[in-house]
Amino acid sequence: MAFLNGIAASNGIAIAKAYRLVEPDLSFDKTTIENPSAEVERFRNAIAKAKSELEVIRDRAKVDLGPDKAAIFEAHLLVLSDPELNSPIEDKIQAEKVNAESALKETADMFVMMFEQMDNEYMKERAADIRDVTKRVLAHLLGVQLPNPSMIAEEVIIVSEDLTPSDTAQLNRQFVKGFTTNIGGRTSHSAIMARSLEIPAVVGTKSATEEINNGDLVIVDGLKGEVHINPTPELVAEYRNVHEQFEKQKAEWAKLINEPSVSADGHHVELVANIGTPKDLKGVIENGGEGVGLYRTEFLYMGRDQMPSEEEQFEAYKAVLEGMAGKPVVVRTLDIGGDKELPYLNLPKEMNPFLGFRAIRLCLEEQDIFRTQLRALLRASNYGNLKIMFPMIATLGEFRDAKAILEEEKQKLVAEGQTVSDHIELGIMVEIPSTAVLADQFAKEVDFFSIGTNDLIQYTMAADRMNQRVSYLYQPYSPSILRLVKMVIDAAHAEGKWAGMCGEMAGDETAIPLLLGLGLDEFSMSATSILKARSLIKNLKKSDMEKLAQEVINMQTTDQVIAAVNAAVK
Amino acid sequence: MAEKTFQVIADTGIHARPATLLVQTASRYNSEVSLEYKGKTVNLKSIMGVMSLGIGKGADIKIIAEGSDADDALNSLEELLKKEGLAE
Repeated sequence: MAFLNGIAASNGIAIAKAYRLVEPDLSFDKTTIENPSAEVERFRNAIAKAKSELEVIRDRAKVDLGPDKAAIFEAHLLVLSDPELNSPIEDKIQAEKVNAESALKETADMFVMMFEQMDNEYMKERAADIRDVTKRVLAHLLGVQLPNPSMIAEEVIIVSEDLTPSDTAQLNRQFVKGFTTNIGGRTSHSAIMARSLEIPAVVGTKSATEEINNGDLVIVDGLKGEVHINPTPELVAEYRNVHEQFEKQKAEWAKLINEPSVSADGHHVELVANIGTPKDLKGVIENGGEGVGLYRTEFLYMGRDQMPSEEEQFEAYKAVLEGMAGKPVVVRTLDIGGDKELPYLNLPKEMNPFLGFRAIRLCLEEQDIFRTQLRALLRASNYGNLKIMFPMIATLGEFRDAKAILEEEKQKLVAEGQTVSDHIELGIMVEIPSTAVLADQFAKEVDFFSIGTNDLIQYTMAADRMNQRVSYLYQPYSPSILRLVKMVIDAAHAEGKWAGMCGEMAGDETAIPLLLGLGLDEFSMSATSILKARSLIKNLKKSDMEKLAQEVINMQTTDQVIAAVNAAVK
Repeated sequence: MAEKTFQVIADTGIHARPATLLVQTASRYNSEVSLEYKGKTVNLKSIMGVMSLGIGKGADIKIIAEGSDADDALNSLEELLKKEGLAE
């Protein structure tokens, strides 16, 4: 048995066989062949096999993901039947007497190059499609199996370098019991996804793909951040026990589903959830969320080849508002750019995407996109308690511009005879230090703040949160961060406004006592963290936490803060 | 031989999904079907050929069908372009 250490990204214990989402070795030698006709036959055979495989994947995707996302496989199938690709390959085999592998690779590479040289980002992406399809045929020629995550039909633990949104979209929730990756941290996409799917996960193990083989029995300990490979029966028994304890603990927390979130000395806060799609509402309700504190609308725009229409967006927003039945729903307008790209926008690559043309900056420039979203939101406002917030606001001017556009669209809708709610609160994400520092001025004009700690920390520390080598600077409990958080909360309260937090920090056990002490009104987190947080807050006195917060604000290092919290809470 | 010229009106031009539909439709016929844009001609049964043209909104395109069922092929392609709001 072997053992790996990583980052606990999503709670719980999973025990199952490993399924490697890792590309097999597809290398080959260029050889001369004796019988070109037989080689062409072998090539056609591989194409046929790849086709029937893709057809199954497409049909599966249609059911699981909808026809929109299945369309990509439809295009892949056409590439397999493309005469402009297949004829040159067959000609090459006949004329040059080379093996099918090299004829395929050389011909496909030519097309890949052609697409990559186009000056349109969307077309450049098509090169990836051709590579993808070629790989599938090549695998059949070489007799190796490509991983097909959408075809998994037994309980597994996914082992991979990293999990991208498109990987996770293909995973069948029914069979994927847990996962472990080589790279990533608590705020990487894979970690966020694991928590929203309620699947135990350990990320950042550095070597999971090297140590774990297909079919190995694996334990993923998402509580401690450990992975055990081919464990002894004793260890498995021990972990089944831990799993049971964890389930019992969860059952204990579950009793708090309909309870309010009140501290031991009677102070009420709101515990709400971060969601990405209307599908996540189920988890929010099952975990006793008092609302939605962050609806990330990006997912509506991702994994497709054109903008979602106003109608499509309206339906999604309406579904969320109705689903929450009058409880508050904070919708963040489009936050694209940075690490989230939309190929169909054809945006040029940037040196520093996190400091570049993203979120509100993009929306104020590409107003068509922004106005469509705002119209859909305004129309949906009739169906619940909608609050709108703008991401990445750095200046008051940006907020005023965004608000003016919202007002214009509202007037237009009213003129068209549509009804729009008059009680939509308008707030901003505080994730840029300039805004945190000037929060007292912003508080005069906004209805609320929501502190986005993932970005606030990376911008304050000047440390890219995707860069492993500077990950030690991701310090949510640093006195510097806590001071900024305090400034924002105090500024809101001075103007009679409320302050929430929607970064990972809001659901963190060490941060919650401090945030309670600093007076945070709303904590927005992964739905699965809500009950645990509620149980924690029930046992804390706000008055004690105020004193604690006052002390740590004047400390020098993160370690001192952590030690003080541990001493005060335990 | 049958041919007809269209103007692309879809905002996204002839991208992935429209291209897929065009190629699927063209492939149902025996005739040779080609697509002409900016002096370049590609096989309309080839997804990569069609995509390589990078046809955007407002483009003038010509579809040419040659063979026993040329008229039928052109008619159903025209029907598709109009039904999907791709071109007129």
